[in-house]
Amino acid sequence: MAVIFERTKGLLDVPTHYCPGCTHGVIHRLVAESLEELGVLDRATGVAPVGCSVLAYDYFSCDMHEAAHGRAPAVATGIKRAIPDSIVFTYQGDGDLAAIGTAEIVHAAARGERITTIFVNNCIYGMTGGQMAPTTLPGQVTETSPYGRDVNTAGHPIRVAEMISTLDGAVYVERVSVDSVPNILKAKKAIKKAFEIQMQGLGFTLIEVLSTCPTNWGLAPVEALKWLRENMIPYYPLGVKKDATTGEVK
Amino acid sequence: MAEKILMKGNEAIGEAAIHAGCQCFFGYPITPQTEVAAYMARKMPKIGRVFLQAESEVAAINMVYGAAGSGVRVLTSSSSPGISLKAEGISYIAGAELPCVIINIVRGGPGLGGIQPAQSDYLQATKGCGHGDYKMVVFAPASVQEMVDLVQEGFDVADMYRTPVMVMGDGMLGQMMEPVEFKERQGRQLPSKDWATTGLRGKREKHNVINSLFLKPEELEEHNRKLQAKYREIENNEVKYEMYNCEGEVDIVIAAYGITSRICKNAVKMLEKEGIKVGLIRPITLWPFPSKAFEEMCGKTKHGFISVELSEGQMIEDVALAVNGRAPIHFYGRSGGMVPTPAEIANKIKAIVGGAK
Repeated sequence: MAVIFERTKGLLDVPTHYCPGCTHGVIHRLVAESLEELGVLDRATGVAPVGCSVLAYDYFSCDMHEAAHGRAPAVATGIKRAIPDSIVFTYQGDGDLAAIGTAEIVHAAARGERITTIFVNNCIYGMTGGQMAPTTLPGQVTETSPYGRDVNTAGHPIRVAEMISTLDGAVYVERVSVDSVPNILKAKKAIKKAFEIQMQGLGFTLIEVLSTCPTNWGLAPVEALKWLRENMIPYYPLGVKKDATTGEVK
Repeated sequence: MAEKILMKGNEAIGEAAIHAGCQCFFGYPITPQTEVAAYMARKMPKIGRVFLQAESEVAAINMVYGAAGSGVRVLTSSSSPGISLKAEGISYIAGAELPCVIINIVRGGPGLGGIQPAQSDYLQATKGCGHGDYKMVVFAPASVQEMVDLVQEGFDVADMYRTPVMVMGDGMLGQMMEPVEFKERQGRQLPSKDWATTGLRGKREKHNVINSLFLKPEELEEHNRKLQAKYREIENNEVKYEMYNCEGEVDIVIAAYGITSRICKNAVKMLEKEGIKVGLIRPITLWPFPSKAFEEMCGKTKHGFISVELSEGQMIEDVALAVNGRAPIHFYGRSGGMVPTPAEIANKIKAIVGGAK
């Protein structure tokens, strides 16, 4: 009988700690499948962040580093520079990457580090229990924006993919979403392309993945997917923000 | 014998690291250690190794964490305010049990302080530096030659025990020129780095994970106790110190390290001419601290000990712990970049021991 689908070898056969309906599991699988399909699992090293995906090092089957909050791009730089033929990725959330780790992500991109960053944006701090993130939408209610994010006092959300795409060292930047099957397939294509570009040694690649947090949004999983579509995508438009391999800048 | 060459302390650090097989240097400019980075920037690319100027000390130490986890010898260098920024990363490196060498060319603090020599980071260096229950081996060279030797030794000790090692100098040692020799070293038998994240490369079934997170209290306690057992081993095997003029009975014993110990040696010679016998204990490892040397002198000193430091009194705490009430302890320190003269130290000692004997 022909095998038409099987578990990726890029993930270990262990239960994850993620909440029901959380999209981290899907994104982990897309990263793992991409590494496996490109035949680079054997020379891949991932860097886990601080946040909900802090334990990602227990789930990926390749070598892994756990980094301090926000420092994953610096850690990844150290790994890549030490062993240049490694395929190195960081997996970071919005608090980790867009608040405490802004210096590290901007400079890793500016240097054109041959690494791939998977940036999971769900507009909230998940692990600490639902506080305002740099990507929290205007008016969005969180534990630390209980009356809704007021941009006059709490500032404006950061569009990371657009910001990174302005840097010359970044060669491929795309924003994708995992709210639907067609979008998941597009996300997979983007992640795989980013790794291919890293394998060619062309420069820094970042894929921003719009993701859900049913627990801290206080929504059922299906409602959360709908919320993502109706609220996040209008503010964070999907698509390729920069592709220096074709000269495309949006 | 290797040729002797005249080198600035900071540049000698870089050359010593290269001799020790350091593959990567990550740093950020700060006075008075910037020549280390400048030297590495000139040399490392020419021999196919990595020099990278990071966006901050925070990023630099995390690059060190990544490279050390990948199994290569790695160096970073900074000065006091920069070391405070690196403290977070040093804690992770200690927690994840990674080897690396960190240079601190100390300047006066607190805050931005000044840029002149000081020894005011003693407590920060020897009591851990960052958060958590850990220790860091701290070497305190007193000459450019010793700086070279200890940087090389530092890489071995780091690999031997999978621990961060700090080589702590001061602005004067970093900036002064002295003749140095890069000797052929008797290498240690070092354990293989089978824990490194090199990628599985068909050689391993199970992935390697570099990590300092232990969410279960039982596991974290077990990890902490494993670290402590390692620190006891380091305390048993790696203490280094010099005892100068300590034969027989002495009037007083000076405790001084680094550049201060050299000034103190001149004070010892000056006092000798006046019939005052002064011993000197020079800790070379600040942690582990050479407590036994102090215990040994407790019964042989008439007026106890005097800790002489370029600080307002930091090493004196370890001297007091070692002496444990068995003899009086005095202090003389200058800070903020002020450096005492031998005569100043001699006068202080005369005031304690009561003039010529």
